[in-house]
Amino acid sequence: MDFNDTPAEAEFRAAARTFLEANATLTSGAPQRDETETEQIERAKAWQQLKQDNGWACLNWPTEYGGRGATPIELIIWNQEESRYDVPTGPFAIGLGMCGPTMIAYASEDQKREHLPRMAAGQDIWCQLFSEPAAGSDLAGLRTRAERDGDDWVINGQKIWTSGAQFSDWGILVTRTDPSVAKHKGLTFFFLNMHSPGIEVRPIKQISGGANFNEVYFTDVRIPDTQRLGEVGQGWGVSLTTLMNERLAVGNAGGADFPDLFELASKTDLDGEPAINNAAVREKLADWYCQASGLKFTNYRTISALSRGTTPGPENSITKIVSAVKMQDLGSFGLDLMDMGGILNDATLDPANLIFQQNFMGAPGYRIAGGTDEILRNIIAERVLGMPQDIRVDKNVPFSEVPTGNS
Amino acid sequence: MNFEFSEEQDLLREQAQSFLNQHSPLDAVRAVLEGDQAYDAKLYAGMAELGWTATTIPEQYGGIGLGHLELCVIAEELGRSLAPTPFSSCIYLVSEALQLFGSDAQKQRYLPGLASGETIGAFALAEGPQPATAANLTSRVEGDALTGTKVPVADGDCANFAIVLAADADGGSLYLVDLDGPGVQRTTVETLDPTRSHASIEFSAAPAERLGEAGAGWLQTDRIFDRAAVLFAFEQVGGAHAALDMAKEYALGRFAFGRPIASFQAIKHKLADMYIAATLARSNCYYGAWALSTDAAELPVAAATARVSASQAFHECAKENIQTHGGMGFTWEFNCHLYYRRAKLLSVNLGSLPRWKNRLITNIETSNALSA
Ligand SMILES: Cc1cc2nc3c(=O)[nH]c(=O)nc-3n(C[C@H](O)[C@H](O)[C@H](O)COP(=O)(O)OP(=O)(O)OC[C@H]3O[C@@H](n4cnc5c(N)ncnc54)[C@H](O)[C@@H]3O)c2cc1C
Repeated sequence: MDFNDTPAEAEFRAAARTFLEANATLTSGAPQRDETETEQIERAKAWQQLKQDNGWACLNWPTEYGGRGATPIELIIWNQEESRYDVPTGPFAIGLGMCGPTMIAYASEDQKREHLPRMAAGQDIWCQLFSEPAAGSDLAGLRTRAERDGDDWVINGQKIWTSGAQFSDWGILVTRTDPSVAKHKGLTFFFLNMHSPGIEVRPIKQISGGANFNEVYFTDVRIPDTQRLGEVGQGWGVSLTTLMNERLAVGNAGGADFPDLFELASKTDLDGEPAINNAAVREKLADWYCQASGLKFTNYRTISALSRGTTPGPENSITKIVSAVKMQDLGSFGLDLMDMGGILNDATLDPANLIFQQNFMGAPGYRIAGGTDEILRNIIAERVLGMPQDIRVDKNVPFSEVPTGNS
Repeated sequence: MNFEFSEEQDLLREQAQSFLNQHSPLDAVRAVLEGDQAYDAKLYAGMAELGWTATTIPEQYGGIGLGHLELCVIAEELGRSLAPTPFSSCIYLVSEALQLFGSDAQKQRYLPGLASGETIGAFALAEGPQPATAANLTSRVEGDALTGTKVPVADGDCANFAIVLAADADGGSLYLVDLDGPGVQRTTVETLDPTRSHASIEFSAAPAERLGEAGAGWLQTDRIFDRAAVLFAFEQVGGAHAALDMAKEYALGRFAFGRPIASFQAIKHKLADMYIAATLARSNCYYGAWALSTDAAELPVAAATARVSASQAFHECAKENIQTHGGMGFTWEFNCHLYYRRAKLLSVNLGSLPRWKNRLITNIETSNALSA
């Protein structure tokens, strides 16, 4: 057992560091930013373009699609290094993490050569149009219709919770093409231009106050049949490709973590002493340290498997469940330590710069997005432990006869 | 990065599994639970024959001088099988203590017997139902004679000698005491886990020879416990996975309301949570194994992390395994309680969970290990 890179990995890491040091600032030394969404997108696009110009974009994609043809372990090394820097990668997470891999698996060669390099260079931002008001966990219960009309498909319906739709250029979309068959069988998958006529994007304000996700309405939106991914009626299989990549992309929820709480507890008074001297505080700190450490070394085990060239086990499936709940509870406890001041949400009054408030208000979304805690537990039970699937009352029933959404 | 066990170590694991499947089935554990013997002597002799007891002991003292990673592999399998032997007392505690603090003569005298499995050593610290502290320790050495009572002492009834922490003129030191010699009276005590035997040992002016520095007993014990914590944590992870496997097998085969109970979401989510706890604990154990095997400065933090999460994981898996079995789980006849008992033993035997959580934070404070 050791934590060392192989010589080749070390060389790769050194090259990544050289690039990052020359072109970015460490998060620890980063300035406070107060920028608009448009400014942030501009900064993100510039960073993505710079990466791509220097061979650091979409590392594991083939070079002809704008990537570098790197190994999985090289991708991880890059991510480890890049995550230490104050660089805006968020707007591309869905496109590069989920839409790109889906396109690589299903688009035509011409389409891949046209779209993927633009995606890799940050010229186009992509979004994921899956969830609907009546179909989230039960994605296959979606209702947005696609009807064939000559060489086109005509789309009518509504998506919801679409992150980044307000600034996206392209999107991947699952639709229902046949309501008369069982729900998984009547779906068809497309990619489309978000600037097409008939698309209306309406922001949804989140509990955290921001509006990163949207409702997206489709009224007679036309998509050429050439932009269909997979066969008609095979959209569920294509969606699974996206969702598998989503599970890889949505990892550690992040946010304020053990070191932040440790620092807060060391500085904050509780009953006339630093809070960290209090036994109840120490006990909680210990639990979160063990969780953070357990996740870190679970991730190391996955990396080891990749480094050896073997397939990682299922261990990493626990990351999102554990980290999102930790993010929430740890944030909440940080606010408790601030006592009456814990209700403040004013950066000028909080030396910790609102990181605990952000955990508290952001974590509920992490526990839902990309598969809820409950759905992920189902997945661990079924795929990792081999337990039976839930009983499906809607199996083999025509979709048009299945109750969906809110009654 | 290489954060998994090597192929040779995996081979050792397979060998250990097949040996223990054959020689330490749960029936053998139950035989010790229900019988009078302190441990399964035949099983222990077999383990010694395979060289497990000799693993980390240097060749000059009769061992085979392998590293601690090999010992971690064996520990996990012992934990999985609940093997009823004094291996942990002899190897994780006493042999480690002798290797750390023994004089050459002491090592010559005791290590070969531990390596061959012919002698058994015990580690005696506790004095009743409270944490032993410098303030409340009553066992005392005057001159070279130890007086006082230690209880519970794991394997104290079958051991040939013990390492005892006792107060003395220097504050507190570790002592080697011959348990078959004069001034020693021992009785087996009843515990929650009779698959591992425990004694009350009364010393009346028993001859005692100091182990290590005078007055350093508490600090030495901390160091010994850091090392033992990693090894016990592997036993706990092995036990946790065994309990999870048992729950899963039962849930798949038991039907209620016309379907396997494994198809009920409450059961699925319960088992998913057991898996999560066991996986976090395993990963923390690997970190502990790395720190132990390389004598890293991070060992105190890594050991406490492994111990805390492995204690929690084994407890969770053991109690929810009973729950998954329904009424059957509460019967003496079913084996669920064997894990439940062992989980409790292993979560208090080096000091309780609240103390180890506190120790973890203290270790982080003193080591500035926040980057970990
Ligand atoms: C911040 C954020 C960003 C998002 N971004 C996107 C995006 O970019 N694109 C996109 O398509 N979607 C996105 N989503 C949507 C997300 O995928 C869904 O919200 C999620 O899958 C849950 O679906 P739902 O909201 O319909 O809740 P529901 O499915 O109605 O769930 C409600 C509750 O019921 C539980 N539940 C449902 N089914 C089961 C079951 N079988 N077993 C046990 N419990 C069950 C759930 O766990 C939950 O607690 C985003 C969501 C959030 C919060």
